[in-house]
Amino acid sequence: MDHFPTNWGRPKYDNFDTSATYPLHNRGQNQSTTSGATQHTQQPIVTGTSVLAIKFKDGIMIAADTLASYGSLARFKGVQRLHPVGDYTVVGASGDMSDFQYLQHILDGLVISEETTAQDGHTLGPAEIHEYLSQVMYARRSKMNPLWNSLLVGGVKDGQRFLAYVDLLGVTYSASTLATGYGAYIAQPLLRKAVEGRENTLTEPEARAILENALRVLFYRDARSINQYQIATITANGAEISASLKLETSWGFAEGIRGYGAQTQ
Amino acid sequence: MSAFHSTKPGFDFSNANRNAFLEGKGVKMPKATSTGTTIVGCLFKDGIVLGADTRATAGEIVADKNCEKIHYISESIRCCGAGTAADTEFITALISSNIELHALSTGRKPRVVTAMTMLKQRLFQHQGHIGAALVLGGVDATGAHLFTVAPHGSTDKLPYVTMGSGSLAAMAVFESGWRPNLERAEALQLVVAAISAGIFNDLGSGSNVDACVITATETEMLRNYVMPNVRVEKERKYGFRRGTTAWTREKVRDLIVSEEIRPIAVIAGGEEMDTS
Amino acid sequence: MPDMSAIVNPQQRQFNPYAENGGTILAIAGADFTVIAGDTRQSEGYSIQTRYAPKVFRLTDRAVLAVNGFAADGNMFVKKVKQRLEWYRHAHAKDMPLRAIARLIQTMLYAQRFFPYYVYNILGGIEEDGTGAVYSFDPVGSYERETCRAAGAAQSLVQPFLDNQIYFKNQTAAQGSPHPAHLPLPDVLSIVIDSFTSATERHIEVGDGLEMYIVLARGRTLPDAVAGLRPQELPSAGGEKVFVLKRDLKKD
Repeated sequence: MDHFPTNWGRPKYDNFDTSATYPLHNRGQNQSTTSGATQHTQQPIVTGTSVLAIKFKDGIMIAADTLASYGSLARFKGVQRLHPVGDYTVVGASGDMSDFQYLQHILDGLVISEETTAQDGHTLGPAEIHEYLSQVMYARRSKMNPLWNSLLVGGVKDGQRFLAYVDLLGVTYSASTLATGYGAYIAQPLLRKAVEGRENTLTEPEARAILENALRVLFYRDARSINQYQIATITANGAEISASLKLETSWGFAEGIRGYGAQTQ
Repeated sequence: MSAFHSTKPGFDFSNANRNAFLEGKGVKMPKATSTGTTIVGCLFKDGIVLGADTRATAGEIVADKNCEKIHYISESIRCCGAGTAADTEFITALISSNIELHALSTGRKPRVVTAMTMLKQRLFQHQGHIGAALVLGGVDATGAHLFTVAPHGSTDKLPYVTMGSGSLAAMAVFESGWRPNLERAEALQLVVAAISAGIFNDLGSGSNVDACVITATETEMLRNYVMPNVRVEKERKYGFRRGTTAWTREKVRDLIVSEEIRPIAVIAGGEEMDTS
Repeated sequence: MPDMSAIVNPQQRQFNPYAENGGTILAIAGADFTVIAGDTRQSEGYSIQTRYAPKVFRLTDRAVLAVNGFAADGNMFVKKVKQRLEWYRHAHAKDMPLRAIARLIQTMLYAQRFFPYYVYNILGGIEEDGTGAVYSFDPVGSYERETCRAAGAAQSLVQPFLDNQIYFKNQTAAQGSPHPAHLPLPDVLSIVIDSFTSATERHIEVGDGLEMYIVLARGRTLPDAVAGLRPQELPSAGGEKVFVLKRDLKKD
């Protein structure tokens, strides 16, 4: 019997969780190197939780908190999970942070070779970066050696807004609001309600307020999140990533509720 | 020692262990209808608003498009059920019955804590094998109360709660919209928004919004309060011509039975029927 | 919500390279046309990933491919088929015929026999003789030409309906008027739409949007009843015509 009510009635189960913060003491038995066979199967170690992104009037906004967890330990509290690529694109990552750093290295190399070395007047936009990333992710999953991330790629180039997702399986999709990890369950409903049908009218402050509200709710309910975050804004003027910001929260919701906490009948 | 002769106190779960073993060996177990479900409740100025979607699923198939998940406990206490449909229906019916008897015995209106305690004790006895996840709410002599009851029997008392596969979507709405001392209309609107978040974002939830407003003076069951998913009309008519179904044998039987009735002469001295 | 059982119970964690992304596709061939359709919802578990992810793709002026199953494999497969078709164009200065595309898809699928593309393919279009055709494939390349086929999450709901309405299974024809071999386009379209609205009602993974591709044989035009629905015509070199018709489906 599965005792998590949210799992009930679900048609299928996966053996992995794309952004899990897996307790290390429960690690699988495949760490041994004595067998001689190559051990590709892995698990995320230091992980980031949700990334959120929405379309707005002038471009794309991507948000992520700054926590990198080690299992249930809040290990690194000031990690940047948003990475600019070229002049038009930002990539946000959840999942394994070392795999993300490897991807940053690959992407930086890509920009250098394609834009600096080639100097052919062509530059990489968000669509190209996303296509490239999805091919890397799919190739790695096909070698049974995935990069354990869920990534959001957003940007603006030639007046076109672009926002898409890719994960460790190479699965891709696009929508006007996207969220990875727990954000897909908690933030996505809020984002869809606030953004769908208003992609071309939302102003930058409105978009920011929508993301901040979603991040706050995630901080209330996602135990692997933190109240520090960054927001990337990509418009025709280029990409700008904010400094580390603090969330305003309130915890007085149950004040005066009889029976909350120690029961005093 | 066989389970039958067990001297240990308490319930015997050896059949549950046997079933788990058989399932592990590949024996197919019957699929119970589950209410995939978004259920919620929230406190407001004058009482409680409960809410539920109306989709019941069996795996990925929709078993019932308009089921009722807000169950009656007493006039001023209602209970939303998620999990195994049969378990939620029977546990709430049973506790409703016991609450009624308790009320008759004590001569007082039942309290929400009483229902909550009866539910949690029953669920704990069965160690999670009764797959009922509940949102219990109501108003009694001590005020308005809102609880969740998990299948193992643990309970939680909070000003706003959600359960089921759509609980995260619904809770996100509460976390960004709930505040103390909401007006009735505001609370109802918030509950509708929370259930709608489940309906449109969680595949286990769907169809309509049921709501129930409980105050000290009255309980209002708002069945199908919002219906945002009305079935569209089909493009074609699917009637079948008479004679479409093939047959292998034809046998016509005359259903008219004819009888001939012959009156018999009245026996002399026989008792006449009293027709007065 | 992610599966928590792996965290509660210590166990060996094995990477699963596949996912199941829901949705349903179907295709119906007429005498001189083919309709290929798919819903646009992409899901995983109980979550909607996006309400618009196309599953039906135009390959040539007379071939349309619908893919359903694991979305990453589906997109990769379509990409590779399109690449092979482009190479063919460069080599032969013409589009590959439909039946050749079908055989190509078979060999491409079977090439991955021991690490399959977890995808169900339905290929629809117009043959060289001008007839409508549907080819359906299993994930490792077994294929067959048919008149109609449904695949994906709601296959078990839709295929029996098509068997009854297209193949007239379990329907005895009236004396002296046998069932037609092919239905006209307006009838086929209405059956496609009804298939998807019904699957949306009873299958949780079907919904959001419907995309129907209509491929018309050389020299044919849309019947008025269909032209009135204002389908979008895709640019083609002349000869066969391809149209797209979109419908909303319920979003719950």
